[in-house]
Amino acid sequence: MKIKPYGDTFNDGKVQVSFTLPVSKTAKGIAAAKELAKSMGLIAPAVVHAEAISDEFSFYILYGSTKAVVEFDNIQVEEITSTTLSREKIEDLIKKEFGRNLVFVGASTGTDAHTVGIDAIMNMKGFAGHYGLERYHGISAYNLGSQVTNEDFVKFARENNADVLLVSQTVTQKEVHLKNMIDLVELLESEGLRDHIVLIAGGARVTHSLAKELGYDAGFGPGSYAEDVATFAVTTMINKKRGEN
Amino acid sequence: MNKLNLNQTQIESCRKYANIIANDVQEFINKHTTVSVERTVLRLLGVDGVDDFSAPIPNRLVDDVIKNGDISLGISIYIASALTSTKLSLDDFVTYYINNNISICDYDLVDKASTFKILKPYYEANLTKIRDNKIIRENYIKKYPREKTDIYVIVATGNIDEDVIQAVSAAKAGADIIAVIRSTGQSLLDYVPYGKTTEGFGGTFATQENFKIMRAALDKVSEEEKRYIYLVNYASGLCMPEIACMGALERLDVLLNDSMYGIIFRDINMKRTFVDQYFSRLINAYSGIIINTGEDNYLTTADAVEEAHTVTASQFINEAFAKLAHLPNKLMGLGHAFEIDPEVEDSFVLELAQAQLAREIFPEAPLKYMPPTKHINGNIFRAYQQNAMFNMVTTMTNQSIHLLGMMTEAIHTPYMSDRYLAIKNAKMIQRSMKSLGDEILYKENGAIQNRAKEVLNNAEKLLKQIANDGMFNSLSNGVFAQTKRTMTGGKGLGGVFKKSDNYINVVLEKMEESFNED
Repeated sequence: MKIKPYGDTFNDGKVQVSFTLPVSKTAKGIAAAKELAKSMGLIAPAVVHAEAISDEFSFYILYGSTKAVVEFDNIQVEEITSTTLSREKIEDLIKKEFGRNLVFVGASTGTDAHTVGIDAIMNMKGFAGHYGLERYHGISAYNLGSQVTNEDFVKFARENNADVLLVSQTVTQKEVHLKNMIDLVELLESEGLRDHIVLIAGGARVTHSLAKELGYDAGFGPGSYAEDVATFAVTTMINKKRGEN
Repeated sequence: MNKLNLNQTQIESCRKYANIIANDVQEFINKHTTVSVERTVLRLLGVDGVDDFSAPIPNRLVDDVIKNGDISLGISIYIASALTSTKLSLDDFVTYYINNNISICDYDLVDKASTFKILKPYYEANLTKIRDNKIIRENYIKKYPREKTDIYVIVATGNIDEDVIQAVSAAKAGADIIAVIRSTGQSLLDYVPYGKTTEGFGGTFATQENFKIMRAALDKVSEEEKRYIYLVNYASGLCMPEIACMGALERLDVLLNDSMYGIIFRDINMKRTFVDQYFSRLINAYSGIIINTGEDNYLTTADAVEEAHTVTASQFINEAFAKLAHLPNKLMGLGHAFEIDPEVEDSFVLELAQAQLAREIFPEAPLKYMPPTKHINGNIFRAYQQNAMFNMVTTMTNQSIHLLGMMTEAIHTPYMSDRYLAIKNAKMIQRSMKSLGDEILYKENGAIQNRAKEVLNNAEKLLKQIANDGMFNSLSNGVFAQTKRTMTGGKGLGGVFKKSDNYINVVLEKMEESFNED
């Protein structure tokens, strides 16, 4: 099935765009905004709003129809296949399969100072009604907070026999988080730890396929909760254990 | 203003506990110095610049004394002694020092009176400059009187030239306060970078030259707009007093300078932070710079409904520390935030109660009110609505420093249009709801009054407990933001030193003297 954006009719291709131009708001500025939309491939763009931000900048809102179309059946994505289990189910599984506490260590690593993501997954209270890992029976959760170096993170993981590492990265400018994420994988490999742990990345701009590409077992983006992460980690560990036996 | 019918005796009791807590820590502070405090003394004497390896000269001199001398005496006496022996001016001595690879500890030490006498022209020059800056600011404010709520936006490009362009645009669109976000990780550097910078991550390095460039740009736009635009930067971290000193010299108007933020959120050692924050705040008091505190951060980590009282308790503690550093009420920009999940029933009502509570407890403080961040989910249209609710509470409760929320929060550092739309949102609400706050009274024993009372009650209990346990122990127990920090843990403890009985800090003494004269 070929699809385009749906405005008020199937495949009318309607989109809205807004942007700032580094020129003052004049008739010429408005014409430039329209021209730009045409160059983007929009059919019959309309500048529905133009406003001066300052003497040198102006802001535009436009509507138009895109020519672009996608064949929906051909789209392929890599998704985490495990169905999310409830906290109680996860707790039962851990008890049954491992008979010990699993150790989860999380941190916002590198220079990253954002902790909202890792806190939402780990803190007792959790987020939006989803309890965090600290609340789970059978999980020993350590949240190391922000700006943890990869070295300290790995050291802590080794000393506490971590089963699962959770790395939180909020994307900052210039892709600095990617290098940091790759460095961690290399460090774990050089210390011989990589195969013994489940390595999970999370963050506002993290996707599962990006995480896989960087050498992680999984990646969780916005809208993920503790039970999503725990389900993946625990089922991966179970599969590993079965594979080894 | 008493819409909440708060128990004034209870507020006094909170202040009493906060004073016990702060006085206890102050005893520790008075007996200690840090590498950053000593580097600040050098900066206020006029030592600046870097060597061939980009190491700041203040760092080199202080490290030299730690290695070869006795830092418990303070850096002042070593500089005075070096100038006495070499008969050089300070500038010439620094050049000589850098070029000849010598130690500053090789000179016979002079006495205290001589230390002050020799260093007087140097510290007087900089203290005069700081007092002049204060007068320039006061004159601007007289010339262009401020509204009761200032609109505050951030720029964060990493490039100071680009920051200037965005700051000027924001000022023209109606912003009253511009903050330049620092490069990620600067708070953990145990030195201040030098010179103009055009590369940073998620922000721009706080350097004295960058301060100067932005100040000049904002002065220009202030004249054009006939509004004095405040400049903000951030002191938290390992260099708090040094950044306060640079801010004083370059006329910043607001500085983030919490007494505990670094401990809780940057894992900086608590001893280091407490000693640094005192000198840093003393400099702010001397320069007339408004401090901002970081209680808003508690609610991004902990739950905003359950932990609201920790914000109030912390505000009392920050106030008590600020008083000890001679800051008047009008310079205490205590922080709080609009962080309750908007899906919670009556979340707006709870926010209104909390904001009004802060306003009534600290009537003269230029309260800093922070926008929603935790429950912003990438839906920019929803975020715009959340920010509108936040702006309404701001206007209805007369908050002073109104930090605007961005609809693209957690997506990217603000685009030009994000900032512009945020300003328009706030301005429309400020104008359309201008008198609403004055027209409204809250129902006696209604939801708002009761919520405020509940939070104040819990804050009092927490303060009492901290006063009993002591601040150091309480932080170890994780009272704030559910984060536990130990006395000997965290970064920067190696830079804390006990003062000897003969310790001299020429600048600190002069500043304290000036407040005691008043």
